[in-house]
Amino acid sequence: MTKSRLEQKIREANEAGRKALIPYLPAGYPDKERFWKELSALDKSGADIIEIGVPFSDPVADGPVVERASLQCLEAGVTLDWILAELKKRKGGFKAGIVLMGYYNPFYKYGLDRLAADAAEAGVTGFIVPDLPMEESEDMTKALAARGLDLIPLVGLNTSEERMKLYADNARGYVYFVSVLGTTGERTSLPEEIAGRLAVAKRVFDVPLALGFGISRPEQLTTFGDTIDAVVFGSSLIKHLDQGGDSAGFMARWK
Amino acid sequence: MQMLKKGYFGDFGGRFVPELLMPPLIELEEAMGRIMPSPIFQQELGRIMADFVGRPTPLYHCQGLSEMLGRNIWLKREDLAHTGAHKVNNTMGQALLAKHMGKPRLIAETGAGQHGVATATAAAMLGLECVVYMGSIDVKRQSHNVRRMKLLGAEVRPVESGTKTLKDAINAALRDWIAEQRTTHYCLGSVTGAHPFPLLVRDLQAVIGREAKRQFMEKMGGKLPYMIVACVGGGSNAIGAFHEFVPHGEVRLVGVEAAGTGELGCYHSATLTKGEHGVLHGALTKLLQDKHGQVEPSHSVAAGLDYPGVGPEHAGLQAAGRAEYYCVNDTQALNAFQVLCRTEGIIPALESSHALAWVLDNAESIPRGEHVIINLSGRGDKDLDIIEEVLGI
Repeated sequence: MTKSRLEQKIREANEAGRKALIPYLPAGYPDKERFWKELSALDKSGADIIEIGVPFSDPVADGPVVERASLQCLEAGVTLDWILAELKKRKGGFKAGIVLMGYYNPFYKYGLDRLAADAAEAGVTGFIVPDLPMEESEDMTKALAARGLDLIPLVGLNTSEERMKLYADNARGYVYFVSVLGTTGERTSLPEEIAGRLAVAKRVFDVPLALGFGISRPEQLTTFGDTIDAVVFGSSLIKHLDQGGDSAGFMARWK
Repeated sequence: MQMLKKGYFGDFGGRFVPELLMPPLIELEEAMGRIMPSPIFQQELGRIMADFVGRPTPLYHCQGLSEMLGRNIWLKREDLAHTGAHKVNNTMGQALLAKHMGKPRLIAETGAGQHGVATATAAAMLGLECVVYMGSIDVKRQSHNVRRMKLLGAEVRPVESGTKTLKDAINAALRDWIAEQRTTHYCLGSVTGAHPFPLLVRDLQAVIGREAKRQFMEKMGGKLPYMIVACVGGGSNAIGAFHEFVPHGEVRLVGVEAAGTGELGCYHSATLTKGEHGVLHGALTKLLQDKHGQVEPSHSVAAGLDYPGVGPEHAGLQAAGRAEYYCVNDTQALNAFQVLCRTEGIIPALESSHALAWVLDNAESIPRGEHVIINLSGRGDKDLDIIEEVLGI
């Protein structure tokens, strides 16, 4: 199997001596038009991969900032059909890898084979589905693999080495390491046990490790050294936009 | 990978949760297998059920209703269990399990408030801390139960997100559990959610059907009833009533959902009757959703039925043709509520009134003289504010 484009993007950043940057923005945020401008700005300002949130009515793993943003997008009429159609129009327009992140039901309802076909045609490279642990992921993994798309696994502080090994068997793209026992959202400090768990994950996985949930400042990453290859930020980007900032300004602080 | 899949009832069930919740679910599954069958646990639970909960609850033959309908109507009186509903069967079991697991804190979500009261009761009785999540709309319409929970020492946290009802309270409780799983047991209130919850809650509620079967057979010289009827929101009282009878194919199992106002285009809670396959709160089940897979708001005059999902085992029983599911609207339920009050001297919960309404309105489809057991899942004291408002009594 060829190397994943997402993995390549992260390795290229690492070879340039930096962590890969993965911003997350819910599709249609802050509004349906400006979203695409912000996406281009993120792409031009150094994003290696962009995670586009697919809004869902019941986002169990999200904190208040992402939840509010997602529900606002739903009210504005954002749907998976709209996201894929708009992405298709812009196919080839982004340097960054494009990943769709969303809860399982809208994907399931869309139909997994149809989803994989349409996503590939729209230039999507991978999916993150927070409520799809490995026990339930076989159907989606198969459908995506048939179109060369990755299903990015999530692991966390309480994931045993045994479970990580099971995830490692099928991991492609990168692994999303959830930094806190909690929902998405900025934290003033990260739990001390992260370093130890990241070291285990680093040993188990061949694909790159991306750290996400609760990350808002580059200083938070200094203690992790080479154990992490990429960093994901969502809530802090949404807040930055809410406060009148733009994507380019946000990305500048990470360079 | 197939071997890893667990907790399916036919095509329905599973564990669709964030990876962070897999370790506590696996821990709970392990504890169910190790702790619950042990004689110490069973003796303790048996004692609590008899002396604290008040089991067995009676199986009551309704003289007035039976004469009125020409069919023998029996009520399994879960309204007489401590706290006034079947919910306590589940919460006492789960709270005791949590205590044996060394978890000092219980969280729960509640719609009508009965599960919240039952969890707060179990926590108080066993010396556990208790936090209850409740949609802010439900906090208002079930204020009586909110006051009860507070008296029992529980903290009630109103949930302002989404539709501000049960489904949002579940989201909030799941988030709490993700963060506090090391000290906390999530005392889930119905046969919904990720494996092993549908099994755990069913096994704790199955006492309803076991007792009903024994009581009926004792009274009727070994005969089985023609039909068991129960209301279905998440579906715990119905599964509890059905489970013992599932192997007896000659006994009809009827679940009754809430059709809301019954008007075209209005929200309702008739998931099995009108929903489609979907994933919510950890299980693949039948779900009220739009064409994009977004969960639709639900509605019922009975807050305890107001939920867009349903326990996956019900979806499995329906698909297998073993149980039948119908729906009745708010008006039918309110009518049945009044009928039971006046003919039998029993004030039923609006949830249970749905089961009763189906029997009243469909009695002609039941052979004359046959025996029907309706699970009277709870008492209606909690609904008096709604009743006063809607019926102007």
